[in-house]
Formats: sequence, structure tokens, C-alpha cells
Amino acid sequence: MLSLRGITKTFPGVLANDHVTLEVRSGEVHALLGENGAGKTTLMSILYGIHQPDAGEIRLRGRRVHIRSPRDAIGLGIGMVPQHFLLIRRHTVAENIALGLPGERFVRPARRIEPRVRELGARYGLAVDPRAAIWQLSPSEQQRVEILKALIRGAQALILDEPTSVLTPQEVRGLFDVLRRMKQEGHAVIFISHKLDEVTEIADRVTVLRRGRVVATLPIAETDKRSLARLMVGRDVEFQVRKAPRTPDGDALVADNLVVLSDRGLPALRGISFSVRRGEILGIAGIAGNGQRELVEVITGLRPARSGRVRLLDHEVTNLSARALHEAGVAHIPEDRMLMGIVPAMSVAENLVLKQYRYPPFSRGPVIDRQAIAQFARRMIAEYEIVTPGSDVPARLLSGGNIQKLILSRELSGRPEVIVASHPTAGLDVSATEQIHTVLLQRRQRGAAILLVSEDLDEILALADRIGVLFSGEIVGIVSGAEADRERLGLMMTGQRV
Amino acid sequence: MITEWILDTLIRALAVGTPLLWAALGEIYAERSGVINLGVEGMMILGAFFAFAVAHTSGNPALGLLVAGVVGGASALLHAFLSVTLRANQYVSGLALAMFGLGLAGVLGRGWEGIPLLNTLPEISGLTYLGVVLAVVLWFVLYHTRLGLVIRSTGEAPAAADALGVNVARVRYLAVVFGGILAGIAGGFFSVAYRPSWTEGMTGGTGWIAIAIVIFAGWDPLRAVWGALLFGALYYLSFRLQTWIAPEALRMLPFAFTIVALAATSRRRRGEGAPEALGLPYASGEK
Repeated sequence: MLSLRGITKTFPGVLANDHVTLEVRSGEVHALLGENGAGKTTLMSILYGIHQPDAGEIRLRGRRVHIRSPRDAIGLGIGMVPQHFLLIRRHTVAENIALGLPGERFVRPARRIEPRVRELGARYGLAVDPRAAIWQLSPSEQQRVEILKALIRGAQALILDEPTSVLTPQEVRGLFDVLRRMKQEGHAVIFISHKLDEVTEIADRVTVLRRGRVVATLPIAETDKRSLARLMVGRDVEFQVRKAPRTPDGDALVADNLVVLSDRGLPALRGISFSVRRGEILGIAGIAGNGQRELVEVITGLRPARSGRVRLLDHEVTNLSARALHEAGVAHIPEDRMLMGIVPAMSVAENLVLKQYRYPPFSRGPVIDRQAIAQFARRMIAEYEIVTPGSDVPARLLSGGNIQKLILSRELSGRPEVIVASHPTAGLDVSATEQIHTVLLQRRQRGAAILLVSEDLDEILALADRIGVLFSGEIVGIVSGAEADRERLGLMMTGQRV
Repeated sequence: MITEWILDTLIRALAVGTPLLWAALGEIYAERSGVINLGVEGMMILGAFFAFAVAHTSGNPALGLLVAGVVGGASALLHAFLSVTLRANQYVSGLALAMFGLGLAGVLGRGWEGIPLLNTLPEISGLTYLGVVLAVVLWFVLYHTRLGLVIRSTGEAPAAADALGVNVARVRYLAVVFGGILAGIAGGFFSVAYRPSWTEGMTGGTGWIAIAIVIFAGWDPLRAVWGALLFGALYYLSFRLQTWIAPEALRMLPFAFTIVALAATSRRRRGEGAPEALGLPYASGEK
């Protein structure tokens, strides 16, 4: 039905797509698999009219088409559900769907499409209240709105970009039911993912991209997880990081009845208590926006606690400043690398000493010792295998994985007692993820207490000794890592105590 | 005596409230599309001067108002070009427009001061009633029509609107120019109706109050009617009470209340605050 032939696209310095050919049939779920930077998103941006290809052609039902804008794509029956939803949070579901819809009447356009929203919702299993405001909806419901937006515009081919990253395991199953129904109705679905389990479950065929090139297109029945991983990464992959057994020592970090307000002044944490022991990883699972950010910020000194206490190795540290906490032995690997982790315009070396620059040997009195800093930077770059042209280039030029290694090496160089890691591998490829997991496990082995906040259940299950689930500012329960499974955690993530 | 006093205050509040309402309604539309225009005072004073000059020359105050609208719209076009096309900082561009308007009107107005206007419009005129009707119409358009949905979406999430084929730049241009037209007419009201004459700086900071009304009204055209009436009363009282209170202190009154109103309305529930993309330039395809 839809074919992209010989698509080539270069961005300054990067060959994002190199003669990519992709054939998608009606009534199939076609997975597009690849690591970050493999060119999946670029390819789909070309198909959706956001970028123009340097070479190659797109054919729809045998006819050559030129897609110059998303509007053209919509007109040709191509829909896209972006990874970061493009919804107007304050408007209702119906208003979001009615916006820009051709042929809608002038007065009360949203009111008239409500029955159609309900009808399509029932047909595909995408139930959502058309009059609800977007901000009231869960990520899963917001995703349904995005799918409905595309369907109501007559999308025959639907692109879903990393659609499961915001969903619980139960919600993933719901989404897969929707995709199967769409398949039956004759739609073509392009499913972008780097999660092998999901690809093998839902896809009929899979196209694997590596470094901008197609390495294979296969029916899913003729392949398996291991060979897909090899195609994707280019070498064999360890699925399970080796976790050595370790008996935790005494409590390192204790939170007692913490109440913390969100930016909007509403309670984000409603009296939570937990402890992390030395030599232990406590995983915090949950859907984004249930208090994770506030939890990380209160422990690292970036947000005041309204009430409750935080204790670090038997010292009261509640509401100390970020610097005081760092000096007391708390390392922070922040959720937003570019925004909170580094100063993008400053050099790699400068970023490496952002927390220690005030002390010898990096400074003597008010004067900074550049040589000592450069020397330290060279050591860190070697030790953590940070790939950079040099220690004096701006940190923003590094890839996501190398920026994260930079942050890790800076935060861990002071031998912290407690490591607060927030989404440490979000958006990183398989190799970088592996390295970061290995470093965290090493630190656990050496006796650090690690609080690992992540939306990636696989990561939590692989690393954590105990797992706490946050829902709506409360800890629904803490289960031992050995006994936890996806099902149970998924239910807890929706607030059910099991 | 006291009822007479209150009635008098109310009527005068309506009179000053009229230009406040017109200017605020225009600014609401501009801000709903995502562009803040702090140049209201400048657009108003230009409108005031041109309305007076045209009314005096032609003898037709209505024609003066019309030209004031055109001048206001044209000066807003400058702001739209800077902030939408060149993606300059909207606050700086707006402030520059305010200063530029005041300065230009001052230069052009030399020699026009002290000339009386023969044909004037009454203080409480069609403009007052038309303002209220306009508020209702603009409210309906904003919340219950396709056009309103497009404007609100552009101010809330331009990327989402863009992805659905809305021409964000065009919507913003139109909304800003529309706001300028209303501000120009509001300024013209001062020089052909409220105080039929020309004095430098005669709009007296009402442009800034109009911006405060926008926030006070929660970007809702209907609520702007009440805001305009309230601030109109305060503005009038700041002259009326001069017998008892130092005029310097009184002149602060509307502005002091602006600060109070801003402080009181800064913590709002979701759904009532400023448009989320207000003040942010938008370029297609950027993150």
C-alpha cells in the first residue's frame, strides 16, 4: 500500500537515512526497529511531511506522491501519533479533534463531532469522554485522543512513535488490542520501537534500521528476540545485566512522612516514608507525574519539604541546600540531562568539575587551576569511556549517552553515600544503557545506597533490590525485586494495592 | 446627595471604562493568539492624536475614530512583524512600541495643543454600548466558533495547531492587528469624546491599565466588561477625591490596584491562567 524507496536524508554532518526502502501493506502492523539515532524518526518525519528527502520517492497505492507538509500527509490518509503528544492541554478532547478539521461548521465545531468521536471510540476500543479536558486525562487516554485525531481525518496508514513509553503493561495490552482492530479494518500501522518484546508480540513484519541503513526486513515469524537484537546493535547483547548478590548494610537514606508540594502548590507527595540501605538499590516505579520529580528534588535539596524528615546516615538533612546535601554525600543524576545535568555551552572539563571546582586541587583561593581540571578531566574521560574529541569542547556536542557518562563520572567521583538516579537511561541506546547499569551495580557492590527512579519497568526489574510504586503522591507498596513481576507492578502503578 | 455622587461616579466610570474596554478586548485577542503586546499605550496615544487631527480637519469625529483604528492597526503590524516574523522578544518589542508611540505622538502633536474641537462625540456614546456588544460577540466567537478555537489553540499550543494545518503566523498577525485597531479607536475616544482636545500624553497610562484588565479578566472578553467598569471607576475617583487626598497619591490609585489585582489573580486554578504559549515565539519544525 505504502512504499518508501531509496530515501536518503542528510543533516549537517550526519547521514540520517541512507537509501532506506520500506514497504508497508494494508492490514499489517509493521515494526520499525532501531537504536536511538538509527534514523527511525527521520524516516517517519519524511513520510509525514516534516522533512523533505534529499533523494528517493514515496509511493502510495502505486502512485508517486510528494508530501511537503503534515497537511499533505493527512490529506493522503497518513496519520501520526507523536511520542510527545501534540495536544492542547486546556482544551477538551472534542476541541482538540475538531481543530483544523476541514468542512466543520463555523459555530460550535467541537459539539458536532462528539457523536463521531464516540462512534469511532466504540469501534476501535478507544473510549474517551469527548468533553473532558486533556489535562484531566491519563497519558494512555491522551494517546487515544491522538489516535482518534488521526482516524477522524481518515488515516489509512498510522505511524506510532514509541507509543508504549508512557503506558503501563496493562495499557500496552489495551493499545495492542486497538492496533489489532485497526489491522482488521484494513489500516496499515507503522510501529516504531526499540523494545524487542513488544515488537515480537504485535508486529507482522519488522524492518531493522542501523545507522541510517536498513539491515533487514523480516516476517516476525521467521525471527526472534536474540537475532533482532543482533541486527539492531550489530553484536550480541546481554539481556540481563549480571547482578551479584549483596546483603545490604544499615540504613543510609531514610524518608519519614514526607509531604512536598508541586509547582502548582498542590500536594505532590502525601506523606511518604521509605528507607534505602547501604549496598541496595531501591527502585521507584510509576507513571510520570505521580510525584517522582518532587521526590528526587526534595532529596537532592531542590525543593522544600512541607513536613516530614529526611535523614542521611543518622543526620537530619531535611531542607538542606543542594550544595550541603552534595557535600554530605548525595549524588544526583537528574532526569533532564541537558537542562539540569550539564551546562551545554561549557567545556567537558568544566562540566566535570561543576561540583568540586571550589576545592583544591581545582582552585586555590579564588583562582581556578585549569591544569588540574584538565588533568582530572582526562582521567575521567578515560575511566568512564566518554567519547569526546577532547576535554575542551562544549559538552552539548556529545551524544546523549556520553553526556550521561559525563554526569555519572562527575557525580560519582566524590564517592557518594547515596545516589539519586532519575531516569538514568531514558533515551539512551542499548550499549550506553548497559554501561550505565554496570556502573550503578558496581557502586551498589561498594556500598552506596541507590534510589533509582525510572519509568522503564525492565530497568527497575533488572536493577532494583526492592521496588516501591508511586501513585498520586503515595507509595502504593514496596515489594522485593525478586518477587516483583510486571503484572503486579502494572496494577500498582494504577493505584491498586496488591 | 450621596446617591447623586454615586450615580455621577458610575456614569464617569462608564465613560473612562469605554476606552479601557476597547483596548482590553483587543489585547485579549492578541494574547489569546499567543502574542503579548505591551505597546497598547503607544497605539492608543497615536490613535488619540490622529483621531483629533482628522476630526479637527474634517469636522467629522467618527472619521477621526476610523483613522485612529487604521493607525492603531498599522502600529500593531510593526509589533507583529517584529515578534512573529522576526521572533523578537515580545516584551521588548511591545515596550519599544509604547515608547515609540508616545514619542511620535508628541512630535506630531506640536502646535495642535490647546485647539478646541467643535464637533465632538458624547462621552457616553454609541461606543460605550457598542463596546459591550463587542465584548459579547468576541466572547461568543472565542469560545463557540471555529475561528475562536483556532485562535485559542494558537495561543495554547502552536505546535499542535501547526501539525493540524493551522497557519500559526497568519492567525497571530491577524489577532495582533485586530488588537491594534481596537486600541487605536480606544485612544481616539479620548481626544474626540472624553476630553475633546489634544494634549501630549493624554491617554494617561490607560493602556497599561487595559493590560492589567486582561489579566484581571482571565483573558475572557465578558469579564473584561466588569474589569473596565471597575478600573474606570478607580480612574475617575483618582481625580474626584483630589479635594481630600493629595493628587500625587491618588494618581497611583489605579496602578496600585493593578498590582493588588495581579497579586490576587496570580494563583489561579488550571484553565483560567494565561495562554500557555503567551510570549513565546513559534517557528515550525523546532523543538
